[in-house]
Amino acid sequence: MAEDNNLNDNEDDDLDLKSLNDEDLVAQMHDDLYDGLKAEIAEGVNILLSRDWEPYEVLTKALVEGMRIVGIDFRDGILFVPEVLMSANAMKAGMAILRPLLAESGAPQMGKMVIGTVKGDIHDVGKNLVSMMMEGAGFEVIDIGINNPVENYIAALEEHNADILGMSALLTTTMPYMKVVIDALKAKGVRDDYVVLVGGAPLNQAFADSVGADAYCVDAAVTVEIAKDLMARRQGSGVDRMTLAAEG
Amino acid sequence: MTNIGPGTLAGSAEKRPGLLIACGALAREIMAVLDAGGLDGLDVTCLPAHLHIRPQLIAEAVRAKVRLGKQSHENVFVLYADCGTGGDLDAVCAEEGVTRIPGAHCYEFFAGAETFAAMSDAEPAAFYLTDFLVRHFDRLVYAGLGLDRYPELLDDYFGNYRRVVYLAQTKNPDLEAQAKAAAVRLGLDYEYHFTGYGGLAAFTTHANQTAKQAANQRVST
Ligand code: B12
Repeated sequence: MAEDNNLNDNEDDDLDLKSLNDEDLVAQMHDDLYDGLKAEIAEGVNILLSRDWEPYEVLTKALVEGMRIVGIDFRDGILFVPEVLMSANAMKAGMAILRPLLAESGAPQMGKMVIGTVKGDIHDVGKNLVSMMMEGAGFEVIDIGINNPVENYIAALEEHNADILGMSALLTTTMPYMKVVIDALKAKGVRDDYVVLVGGAPLNQAFADSVGADAYCVDAAVTVEIAKDLMARRQGSGVDRMTLAAEG
Repeated sequence: MTNIGPGTLAGSAEKRPGLLIACGALAREIMAVLDAGGLDGLDVTCLPAHLHIRPQLIAEAVRAKVRLGKQSHENVFVLYADCGTGGDLDAVCAEEGVTRIPGAHCYEFFAGAETFAAMSDAEPAAFYLTDFLVRHFDRLVYAGLGLDRYPELLDDYFGNYRRVVYLAQTKNPDLEAQAKAAAVRLGLDYEYHFTGYGGLAAFTTHANQTAKQAANQRVST
């Protein structure tokens, strides 16, 4: 239904995206992403591609940057969950076009992340946003969904030979389960094979420390920064991750 | 912010026995328990119910109320579950020396911790309604999640859910019909489970007793 509204909006504005130069089009796409306009985002992506933009450039300059702005206004209480979801869905429409092209065009590969919401918890809005922004930043994301027992995490980490484990929890009753997963990794002697990132509204750094995670990430943008940083340090100096965690 | 109960908070030089600081979503239920039990040792003051969607604001909002309440009342009690504060509310209660009702959220203390745990183990994909949420479903749940403006988000929110479980505080056929209609609107199965006032009644009654005993001791000493 909102889609119809969007189309009407577009007619009212009578804005022909094709008539905009690259800079104005990208700025317009940031606005359209903010307003959650799926069809316009798909159109904008196709126009940029037809102007010989690299898929990775479209992704970062038009989509990821637009979502970064959405993220800031969500953090500051200007946008709320429904608006963020509408924006995320618009970004998804753009990603759907770009994903196959990115795979072909050899865009940078930052690492692989397995992400899922813990057992007993069905919240996934935040996790999905993190998945999308991590994918947008060049990580390969394996999203194992909601309500995950420890076996699911371990199976996915092994199957995909992942670098990063991400766990989400929104309930005070389910957040302690993160420790169960990390302890299981320790028991198998593989804890240090992974960067472990945790998130969800009721968590904080002290909690992340207490369960033995590498970092608590307050939102999707921070997740991307921390993941990049930890991956770079891990690949770069060969410092082991316990030292990193202690420093961080 | 609402102040309800037998007396006004300000103006009297002598402190009143007990103050219950509660979530606005529980005001009606608390008054029902006070009235039914003839409990007259407690005043009630509420924080706005909408805080539950910004749980990071709850702990400090409660602290402010507790500090204010201590000026007018001998005993202060917090009728607020953790409510997603991730332990922050417990820290505030410990720092301020007040007790709070045990429980992670109101669904848990209405149903009872063990029953709730068993229910969510049996069906994790359940969305719970209480009398309050049934009464205000359109405004707080449907419009609150933006589904009035963006109905296409239904699947993003509830795509992983299987059923609505109505935890009923009162036996009320009208509310039951509304709860069923809410389940239909969300495209989910429906289950009814009568809880009564559960832990809320126990905590309120206990708070009333504690406040009155303390007041009686002061009078007799
Ligand atoms: C939307 C919402 C829902 C939706 C969920 C839809 C969905 N598909 O996820 C619905 C309405 C269905 C729902 C259901 C329930 N909810 Co709810 N919900 C919320 C609400 C309002 C917002 C959560 C949200 O989506 N935020 C938006 C996203 C973008 O933010 P986020 O999740 O925090 O994620 C960001 C960061 O935390 C971080 N992050 C998140 N995950 C991860 C993971 C990793 C690896 C990393 C690095 C970072 C990261 O990055 C994200 C993006 O920036 C919160 C309150 C709140 N403000 O947090 C309550 C809340 C979490 N829910 C709560 C409750 C109680 C429930 C129910 C039990 C209620 C009921 N009536 O049945 C059920 C839970 C059922 C279950 N078993 O899980 C409580 C929890 C209380 C407690 N003690 O824990 C809260 C706090 C509300 C409250 N105060 O009562 N809920």
